Amino acid sequence: MFRSHILVCGGTGCTSGNSMKIYDALVDRIQKAGLEKEVHVTKTGCFGLCAYGPIMIVYPEGAFYSQVKVEDVDEIVNEHIIKGRIVTRLLYKETVGEDGSIKALNDTNFYKKQHRVALRNCGVINPEKIEEYIAYDGYEALGKVLTEMTPQDVIDVISKSGLRGRGGAGFPTGRKWQFAKNSVGDKKYVCCNADEGDPGAFMDRSILEGDPHAVIEAMAIAAYAIGSDQGYIYVRAEYPIAVQRLTIAIKQAREYGLLGKNIFGTKFNFDLDIRLGAGAFVCGEETALMTSIEGHRGEPRPRPPFPAVKGLFGKPTILNNVETYANIPQIILKGADWFASMGTEKSRGTKVFALGGKIHNTGLVEIPMGTTMREIIYDIGGGCPNGKKFKAAQTGGPSGGCIPAHLIDTPIDYDNLIAIGSMMGSGGLIVMDEDNCMVDIAKFFLEFTVDESCGKCTACRIGTKRLYEMLCKVTDGTATMEDLDKMEELCYYIKENSLCGLGQTAPNPVLSTLHYFRDEYEAHVRDKRCPAGVCKKLLRYQVVADKCKGCTLCARNCPVGAISGTVKEPHVIDPNKCIKCGVCMEKCRFGAIIKA
Amino acid sequence: MAKKIDVPFNGTKEQEEKLRAQLAQLRIEHEGKGLMIAALQKAQDIYGYLPEAVQQIIADELGVSLAEVYGVATFYAQFSLYPKGRYKIGVCLGTACYVKGSGDVYKKICDTLKIEGGQCTDDRKFSLDATRCIGCCGLAPVMTINDDVYGKVTPEEVEGILAKYMD
Repeated sequence: MFRSHILVCGGTGCTSGNSMKIYDALVDRIQKAGLEKEVHVTKTGCFGLCAYGPIMIVYPEGAFYSQVKVEDVDEIVNEHIIKGRIVTRLLYKETVGEDGSIKALNDTNFYKKQHRVALRNCGVINPEKIEEYIAYDGYEALGKVLTEMTPQDVIDVISKSGLRGRGGAGFPTGRKWQFAKNSVGDKKYVCCNADEGDPGAFMDRSILEGDPHAVIEAMAIAAYAIGSDQGYIYVRAEYPIAVQRLTIAIKQAREYGLLGKNIFGTKFNFDLDIRLGAGAFVCGEETALMTSIEGHRGEPRPRPPFPAVKGLFGKPTILNNVETYANIPQIILKGADWFASMGTEKSRGTKVFALGGKIHNTGLVEIPMGTTMREIIYDIGGGCPNGKKFKAAQTGGPSGGCIPAHLIDTPIDYDNLIAIGSMMGSGGLIVMDEDNCMVDIAKFFLEFTVDESCGKCTACRIGTKRLYEMLCKVTDGTATMEDLDKMEELCYYIKENSLCGLGQTAPNPVLSTLHYFRDEYEAHVRDKRCPAGVCKKLLRYQVVADKCKGCTLCARNCPVGAISGTVKEPHVIDPNKCIKCGVCMEKCRFGAIIKA
Repeated sequence: MAKKIDVPFNGTKEQEEKLRAQLAQLRIEHEGKGLMIAALQKAQDIYGYLPEAVQQIIADELGVSLAEVYGVATFYAQFSLYPKGRYKIGVCLGTACYVKGSGDVYKKICDTLKIEGGQCTDDRKFSLDATRCIGCCGLAPVMTINDDVYGKVTPEEVEGILAKYMD
């Protein structure tokens, strides 16, 4: 028995902020103090509140220390652990009540509205110890399935729960499994898509880092349901911590007989291997992913035949996303009705979002479907920093769209998001404020898809490139109003003529911004002006006459002599000479130069 | 100007033996199927990049054409046919970093080192790549130099950060 437990976040966000050095220092100081039998230090998966990392929590008090530095370790050990005095200055300020008492983490704004199903063990258990997972009902669902349920029972429960794929398109998981079960084959495969390529999304990685056994258990359940004995997890090579923890988890599961032959003393055999991706966004598409596991260029192929009939190595295969799997053991244990009681009519359960961009509480949140964007951005996320105005939220990454401020009360589920021109996607949610130019954002995503298009379909390979060039014309101020119409036409052409999801959704960022922010496009085209002040070629630096003291500093620093004026009189910038380097604005001590 | 420099291949006998041994091991682990990507990953770990001579070894060992190896090697972003710098700089251009200004950081590094993304400086000290989300969006914008992570970077800080590696 330990009198105190210290949980240090070992997710990628916190480790990038040096949390492993903090962990090492803690272990060292505890040992030096001779307390290693009384105080247990452990590393966990992601707590979710990445903005305040590195994070640690000390039980039994539940003291939640945020933005901890290695130098703080001595104080935490000497004061808190040895003397029992909580280091108030390091506490996450939301957990401190007005009277100085500590509030439970679940009562803070960030956690209050969250409901953790897929993330339930993240930040709670040590992901490198199978015993801790087992202590939290781990592998109980697998045991139940193997000893009490038929494969059809399993599929019926999953179907009844209403679980839909969390990777983006939202296909009903139960139906997918049923197809694969019904397919005849001497060999079947169960695959996990952990190739989280959506820039700015890190839900799957956090689950793999924080609770790898949940995914392994779920894959074994899926294998039993469809009659498979071999699984593959396809994970990004850029996620070293996730790969390492998965490797450890698979090894431990084998040692415990939870992977391998005759699992739970039954006739069921199942084993699992990791396949590392090599950096290709298109490999998130199911047929491309399977082609990549086979060792080829990850190009998609036409469907049908669907993977459930002819998938990996030509055999019936199911492929689900990490988060989808993470829900499975809980559904088996708590029942379909429990899961279906959360969320909306057509989107049951919860969804994990990676909240990022111009938001206070960057991090990982899991909310019941049907929660509004406003609740996520303001109540949980704390709104935009620096008093800036919220402008749009982007979901679905390069396949999704921008949701403007006036639709912020939309309840989030698969169908609502599609209805407003975006999509659920894997769960990236990027917040943008008034300083972000929507044309520039659309251009950013198109640059991504041009880069990531596999090149198989002409519409996608060349279409996205042309679309990108048209966007460049807009941001350069050389586009015409006809170009906007042409762009829209090209968007639909690409959508209709591409083989896979990448091409079919690539124009979405353009279409949604054209739809909701057309005035911004028109300002670029008609007035040659970027309202957010982002597009360099359209910027015009101006001197505000009232504020200018005539100190001549700007004129002396201008590399092209574009600024003129006499001493102690307001200066003027000649827009024809100005190269928009911004030096004048940097140098001005009176804030008299603005870009517009 | 810099430069995807084509340096003469100078792989050693030991490297080649190591690669062939690892490929043999892979063949057992993968039961002979679908091992091309893993093979290229092993090779890049050993050599740092994938010059033609190395691709040829893989083609021979796997019993496929050089064209097939080249096709896979050029498809995936992880593989480089050119050597990287001693210090590999990565700037995250994932969306969360981008909306917080990582594009300006990236440009500043290009200007400072006078290279573009995917290139290496003449002395092979620095190479620069735009990376996708590395997952620490709380620190956005983020740049990495080998295993060091720098968070909340501004263009003004770039020169100071690079200076630490100028030795």
